[in-house]
Amino acid sequence: MREIFFSPFFGVALTVLAFWVGLKLQKKTGWAICSPLLIAIVLVCGVLLALDIPYEAYDQGGSLINLFLAPATACLAVSVYTKLDLLKRYWLPVLVGCTVGSLTSMGSVALLCRLFRLDEAMTASLLPKSVTTPIAVSIAEGHGGVPSITVVAVLFTGILGSILAPLLIRLFRVREPLAAGLAIGASSHAMGTSKALELGETEGAMSGLAIGVCGIVTVVVSLFL
Amino acid sequence: MKILCQVGILFAVCWVSQLVETLLPIPFPASVLGMVLLFLLLCTKRLRVEHIREKSDFLLANMAFFFVPAGVSILEYVDLLRSSVVQMVVICTVSAVVTFAAAAYSVKLTLWLMGKAGSHA
Repeated sequence: MREIFFSPFFGVALTVLAFWVGLKLQKKTGWAICSPLLIAIVLVCGVLLALDIPYEAYDQGGSLINLFLAPATACLAVSVYTKLDLLKRYWLPVLVGCTVGSLTSMGSVALLCRLFRLDEAMTASLLPKSVTTPIAVSIAEGHGGVPSITVVAVLFTGILGSILAPLLIRLFRVREPLAAGLAIGASSHAMGTSKALELGETEGAMSGLAIGVCGIVTVVVSLFL
Repeated sequence: MKILCQVGILFAVCWVSQLVETLLPIPFPASVLGMVLLFLLLCTKRLRVEHIREKSDFLLANMAFFFVPAGVSILEYVDLLRSSVVQMVVICTVSAVVTFAAAAYSVKLTLWLMGKAGSHA
């Protein structure tokens, strides 16, 4: 009877259902902490643990969904391309902000990891945590990190960013929408961008742009590590 | 058939970038290569946004969904996380705030310098 859970249909259906519940909950509460992604992960984990279903069974369907991560990342090119005129006008601040942001992110993580005496695998997993998941995961993998820890760190950073963004803008007195948008994208990728879109059109566009540019800057920097 | 073509185009771009990844002497993630490749195709007008609009809108709008299985894989690493969850939370929080400040102030400074240069010209 347990073999039935090894069907790919089970994993895909469970994931869609869990994500749908997450979307409903976010709409109802409007809280940043109720991210559909976070809720879906918690729900799927809960179902697997409660029914004692092995992870390998779920992954039959899970790996099918994973397949779409690569084309989804490629599509970030489309969102950057549609903001090409903004990029042409402000390419210098975009480049400076993303480079400084990426270096600060990686530098501060490396420093803190040494402070806490974490091992190399853990450091490699946390290092790319400010960029979008597929990029972060491939950087972590390339440096001997554990992809799932990277995913958790990226998720946590994203949720934190979307909650803290309005507060940080006031705290650091960031009045320029351009600076605010880039800072949100540089520190908390796509999940932060969803908050930036609520703050304004320029904030949203710049935050989206920062996801792509910071991803590339971080990849280039990590090549030299 | 239209959507089918769009899926075909995007998967082909991903496959070509995997091919490029194996040919490159340095480790560069295929997913990022796919993004660069698609961006170049759009800029050189080999491909127009209309050619992939529906599919890319679908992928971008539902981006978070595709990350769910990756997050669930945490179940396999519970033991590894248990020992360092506090450090991880502290590191992510401090680093996120510092990164935000650094990016925001560097952009502010660049904009200010650009404004100054602009007013002199």
